[in-house]
Order: sequence, then structure tokens, then C-alpha cells
Amino acid sequence: MYDITIIGAGITGSLIAYYLSEYDFNVLVLEKENDVANGATGANSAMVHSGHDPKPGTLKCKYNLLGNAMYPKLCEDLKVSYKAIGAFVAATSLEEEKKLDELVKQCIDRNVPYELLSGDEAKKLEPNLADDVSKVLSLPSTGIVTPWEVTIAALEEAMLNGVNLKLNYEVKSIEKKDDCFLINDEIKTKIIINCAGVHCDDITNLLRVSPYKTEARKGEYFVLDHLNDTFVSRVIYPVPTIKGKGVLAVPTIHGNVLLGPNSDYIEDKDDASTNKGLDFIKKEINKTVKNIPFNKMIHTFAGLRPHIDLNDFYIQEDDEIKNFIHVAGIESPGISAAPAIAKDVVEKKILNKFDYKKKDNYVHREAFIKMDEISDEKKDELIKNNPDFGKIICRCEKISKGQIIDVINRKCGATTIKGVKLRCRPGMGRCQGGFCEPEVLKILAQQLNKDVSEIELNVKDSKVLLAKAKEDL
Amino acid sequence: MDKYELIIIGGGSAGIAAALGAYENGLKKILVIERDSEYGGILQQCIHNGFGLHTFNEELSGPSYAQKYYDLIKDKKEIEFLYNAAVIKIDNKVISVQCEKGLLKYETQAIILATGCRERPAGAIGLKGDRCSGVYTAGTAQKYLNKQGYLVGKKVFILGSGDIGLIMARRMSLEGAKVIGVAEIQPYSNGLARNIKQCLEDFNIPLYLSHTVESIHGKKRLEYITLIEVDDKLQKIEGSEKKIECDCLLLSIGLIPENTLIEELGVKIDPRTKAAIVDDNYMSSIEGIFVCGNSLHVHDLVDYVSLESRKAGKAAANYVLNGLDNSNLIENKVSNGVSYIVPQHFHLKSDIEFMFRVNKIYKQSYIHVYGNGIDKKIKRLGIVPSEMQKVLLKKEELEKLQGELNWEIIE
Repeated sequence: MYDITIIGAGITGSLIAYYLSEYDFNVLVLEKENDVANGATGANSAMVHSGHDPKPGTLKCKYNLLGNAMYPKLCEDLKVSYKAIGAFVAATSLEEEKKLDELVKQCIDRNVPYELLSGDEAKKLEPNLADDVSKVLSLPSTGIVTPWEVTIAALEEAMLNGVNLKLNYEVKSIEKKDDCFLINDEIKTKIIINCAGVHCDDITNLLRVSPYKTEARKGEYFVLDHLNDTFVSRVIYPVPTIKGKGVLAVPTIHGNVLLGPNSDYIEDKDDASTNKGLDFIKKEINKTVKNIPFNKMIHTFAGLRPHIDLNDFYIQEDDEIKNFIHVAGIESPGISAAPAIAKDVVEKKILNKFDYKKKDNYVHREAFIKMDEISDEKKDELIKNNPDFGKIICRCEKISKGQIIDVINRKCGATTIKGVKLRCRPGMGRCQGGFCEPEVLKILAQQLNKDVSEIELNVKDSKVLLAKAKEDL
Repeated sequence: MDKYELIIIGGGSAGIAAALGAYENGLKKILVIERDSEYGGILQQCIHNGFGLHTFNEELSGPSYAQKYYDLIKDKKEIEFLYNAAVIKIDNKVISVQCEKGLLKYETQAIILATGCRERPAGAIGLKGDRCSGVYTAGTAQKYLNKQGYLVGKKVFILGSGDIGLIMARRMSLEGAKVIGVAEIQPYSNGLARNIKQCLEDFNIPLYLSHTVESIHGKKRLEYITLIEVDDKLQKIEGSEKKIECDCLLLSIGLIPENTLIEELGVKIDPRTKAAIVDDNYMSSIEGIFVCGNSLHVHDLVDYVSLESRKAGKAAANYVLNGLDNSNLIENKVSNGVSYIVPQHFHLKSDIEFMFRVNKIYKQSYIHVYGNGIDKKIKRLGIVPSEMQKVLLKKEELEKLQGELNWEIIE
């Protein structure tokens, strides 16, 4: 019998597992996909908002503010990247300037650091702001992270401390027993935490009629290659409208720039295909920035925001079913809020249900080896200890064989081409895996003791190789 | 720190020929740094024949061509090869190399970048639809097939009529896959005429000109693509969509010179070639740094890569032994149908072979070369974008020139 079962290994579920792993609970994480961070966590703006924007009094507002404050320390603890690069909200008309004043009021109420800049002052700092930008709200506490890196690291550390993860495990039935739940007629657990993203309502519906309906709202993005000349060095927002935060330009941890998202309601909650949104983004992004190097586009993707009809996060124990905890509707600012949500769920909704004690043999994970972040001397030493670190596999991002082997052989390790890409970046560069994918595939097969023909690109049944040469002749 | 007269980055067809050229012209200490475990670069996965007609007067496979060219230098103790080694930084004339021995540094007097090119990926054209498996660049599929022995698809559609795509249409057919068709957004093919004949027509594979892939579909594996027709402005024609079932889409939508190191160095880039601007010595905007082969501009034939790179090797040797050519540089200007020209500027010292491409098909036309002191019309039949044009101008002709030299096509 598990004490706690978390359904969904996105950033929120994984951080809950991470905070729970400090205690002597028996914890299980269930994920229907073949890797973690495969839903909304894997495709979003990859940033930590300052908390200036959400409506007052909402959970989105509360947890965004708390989460923003937690990120620097959390990322240090997890040994993952975080950069507080700041953001500009760029106004281009008198009307928008007025809206900035409203945002300033919110900043003051919430203790969010801010500065108002004239268009000219702002353009000195960000030369590619659009000519029409007349006034700017600067938000220095805005940060960028790699959300899947946070998720993978959190789960890796949780697993080092005894948390169990089952991948490829879809929850199809939940039965409420006297003192526990029975999942798929085989897993017993005292508590369920529903972190199933766009499928939160489907999971709840297995037990009762869900008090909310989850919808998927698609957001599409462009990715620009590393640029020699900085395009933007901060997050650039347009002035928000009723429709949302608008189309952003976001520098990433690794020197790329994301442009997006749009927002499209879609029927199929698993449909992360890209569509006409990219045309919309191309048009909208011109409002705030100019000289956009579209010819440096290397990738496009779509993410699905788990929106619920209550228009706020829904984080509470079910009012009818004891020990069933909803963590639903975690759309923007979900990444920013996730650490605070996770900590709150653990401290306020779980600990009071148990007699617990903290583990005294807690283990910390080792950082992923990032060769671009270490000195030449360290690099040389690393290679001399293990020549695999000398063999470059991904020429665009300069990733070595040693790094790839490392991310495969860890807890919560990579099992697919995409899994390797998310953890250490081969395939993220300008050739998009054209050169390195066959090499990564070979390394995966070797390390996992599989035949190369079994290796998958991303999701289940997405094999890369279909037949041996001449097999069908 | 080990010191060299010349370091060549890349041991493919360009790097080998550059080493030969430098050796022939007097350099005694040359290092070729190669990322892979053997010389030859992309030739090693090009197991079809058709290489070497101009260089060796016979049709060779890619690996044989590489071998034959390498044989010309293999006994030269003046030329060293370092394999499994990636150049990660060039700082002035100090090159940092990451390899299994450690992080090594070499000092050199000159550098030739012979780093080849890469394929344009799906993301660069914003291909819409799902992120299923089954979408590969043609060269990646070629590597899987020719080096690992696996087919990446059984029912294959190809977007783009570049030569690698055409070659792969034939290869995959021969290895047991069904190739359904090739779509080309332009109203003409981008591959060599002989490849259209030998790789498509001989296998009854249809070529859809003025067509492109609108979107790709499949939750796990590619299930179908939507093909769409385009008008003469390359705009998609609504209502012309066709669903085509396939489990694999190969992309042959363009090659881009591998210019990462050049960009990091701050070498001036020609937006047309997306590679370094060079003079007639193949020297870039940074003294002592030369560029040749497909990392300078994408060639039709490996023979041309070898020819150009041997000249670059000679020029680099000249620079090391005799110093910089300080004479004035004349600018080339292109317009009316000429998409780019190499070299972009030149010294008035010798005969120069200029290489360029055109932007559409010209049936009967003249190449017009003009400037103050020069006005020359060269008649050419059937100029096509897929075939690189070469024009040799004599020293005597060039010496009359004052100011820039202009290039255009007159129909």
C-alpha cells in the first residue's frame, strides 16, 4: 500500500514528489506517457513570471508570487539552470500606457519590483524594441528556466530518496475503498493527488462527476537559433489584454529565443500539432519587437494549456471524496507557480494526515554535466578520467557521448531520442538532430541493451527505424 | 602547444584537397582535424556512383572517391590527421579541440575551414502538423540506410527535389521501400538532370512540380501528409489539398553551409550564400582564415569541391610563405537573375574562375559581365538554378577594369 500516489509527472506532480521525498512516506508517481514532462510542462514559454499580471485574489496570483520567490533557491538545490533576466512590458499607445499604470499598482500591492521607463530609455537597453514602443514596465524579478529540466531533476532526486515512478501507466479505473483507493484493480494507495494536466477531469470522473471541466488551449511557438548578436536579452511582453498575456519574445537558458504563443481552444486534448498559429505569431510579434531574424528559425512546437472552466487553479481536497486532492487547471502562470503549489499541497494537505518524520539520510542528485559551463582545465580533467566526454556527438550544441550516457543511466533517465534531447540537448541545435540522431540512437540501444530497431523517437510506438534494408524485398 | 603552419578543419573532400594543395605549394606542417573516425566526410555514406568523372576520369562511389583522393596524400609526413576531434573554439590562431585525449590546443599561422554543409530541417520551414516519428532529412535517412543498414520508412514521400532526396528515392526503392512521389515547390527540379532521369523516371516515381507539403499527420508514426499545389508566386492554392498515405517523409529542401565556427569568429557573412565572404584566395574577412568547399557554397559535384579546395590550399600556402596580398579588392555585384557569386571580391593578379547560381530557368540567355572597362556577353543555353555556372575571366580582361564588376543574366 502506498501512502500517496501522484497521477501525472509534469512539473507540479514531480515537485510534489520531490517535497514528499523528504519524509518517510511511500510515494508512487504514475505517468501515462513514456517519459516525464511530456505534457504542458514540455511546451510553454519556459519562464518564471514576476507575478505582476494575475488577477488579484486568485490562486494564480498567490502561487505565482510565492513561486517566483522560490525559484532561485529551488534551482540551486536541484542543480539546474535559472536566470533572473528580467522582463519588459512594452506599451505602444496612450491606452496601453494607461494599462501599464494599472500593472504598476498591482506591482506595488504585491511587492513586485518594477521600474517605469520611457520608450527611449528602454530602447537603449533593448535596441530591437519596435519603434512604436512608447513606455515600458520593467520587471527585474522575471526569470527563465528549462521547465523539463526542473521536472526531471525533481523526480530524479525524489527517486534517489525512494519515490517510485511508473511510466507508460495509464489510470483507467479508481475505486474508493474504506481506507484507501484501488487504482486499475492493482495499486492501493491512501491518498491520490490528481496532477493529470489536461486530463484532470477525466481522472476525477473515474470517481465522481468532476466539479470542473478541463480544456486544452493550444499555444504555438517558434524557436530561433543561437544568435551572434543578441536579439533580446529580456522577456518582452506586449501589454496584456482580456485574452491573456499576448505573444512574447523569450530568451532561453541556452541562448535561443522563443516567439509565441497564440491561444486556440481545441477539441482533442492530446493534439499538440502545429497549425496556422504560427502565421498569427509572425504578425503579432511585430507589435513589440523589430529586426526579427525569422531566417534563424530552427523549430516550431505547440503546447497544450490545461485550462479549467473555473478560470483559476483548482487546488483542494475533494469535497465529497476524502484523500483525493485536485491540483487542476495549472495553466499559465503554472511553471512559475509550480514550486509554491507543490510545497503548499505537501505542507497543508498531506502532512496533517500522517504521523511522519523527516528522512535523516536524504540524498541530493548530482548536476547534469554541462561541458559548456566548465573551464577548459576541468573539461580536460573530465575527459582524461573518461574519454567519452571527449567524443562530440552533437556538433551544434557540442554535446559529448559521456553526457548522453550520463542522462540515460540515471534515475528518471532517458529512454527515447526526445528524452536524451530534453536532458542534454543533442538535436536542439540548428541541424535539429540531422547529424547526431543516428549516433544518439546507437548509444541509447547500447546503454539500454536494446536493438537499435526498438528505439523510439518520442511517444510510445514512435519507432525510428522501420525495417532492415532489403527485408521487404 | 603544438604549432602548425596550417590547420584544416574538416577531413572530407574539401579538407583532403586543401591539404594536398597546401602541400604541393610548399607547406611542411599541416594538420587536418576531423570529427569522425575516418576521412571522407559525407562521401562515406554516399555509396552510389557518379563521383570523380572530372577528377579521375571514372565513375566512383563516394567512399572510393575519398579513398582515391586520400591516397594522393597518405604518405606525406607533412600532413597529419587528427580523428574523433571536434574544434570547439578558435581564438585568434589558437584552436581548441575536444577529443578523447582531452582538450587540446594548437597554434597555427593559417586556418582553412572545410566543414561542409548541413541539411535544412523541418523546423526551418515551419512544417505544420504532428511531431510523430517518420520525418527525416534525406541525408539522415541515407546515414541510417547506408551506414547502419536500416530503412526509416516503407511508404516514403519526399519533399524537395534536391539531389540527396532523388538519390534516396532510388536507394530506398532498391532496398525494399515504396517511394510514392516527390514534391517540389518550384516549377522546376532542384536536382541534376541525370538524377531526375536515373532516380525518378527509371523507377516510375512521380515528381509533383509546384507542390509542397502543407502538413504532416500521425499521433505516433507518420500516417499521412497533405500535399498542396502552389501558384506561380509560390502561394498555396486552397482547395488543391490531397491526402497521401505514407509512413515516412524525407526532406531534401536545401543545404546550408556549416558556418557555426565562422559566425562565432565574427567573419563577414554573405546573406546570399549564408557563408563567409571571400576573395579570390578564398580568404575570409579575417586575415589567415580561409574557407572552401561546401562550407563556402554548396557545389553540384564533389569534383568541383576538390578543385576549389586544392586552390584554397595553394592560396593558404602562399599566404603562410609570402604574406598577405595587400593589393586592392574589386567588388562583385550581382543582379537580374544571379543569386550569388563566389568570390565576392577579388585582387587583380591572375585569371579568376567565378562561380555563381541563377534564380530561375533561362532557356536562351547571356551572362552579362560589365563594369568600367569591361562589357562581356557570354551566350549560354539552358541555365538552371540546380547547376552552378562558372566563368573564367583572364587576367588581361580584368586588368582593364576600374571599380566594381557587375553580373546579370539577359534573356
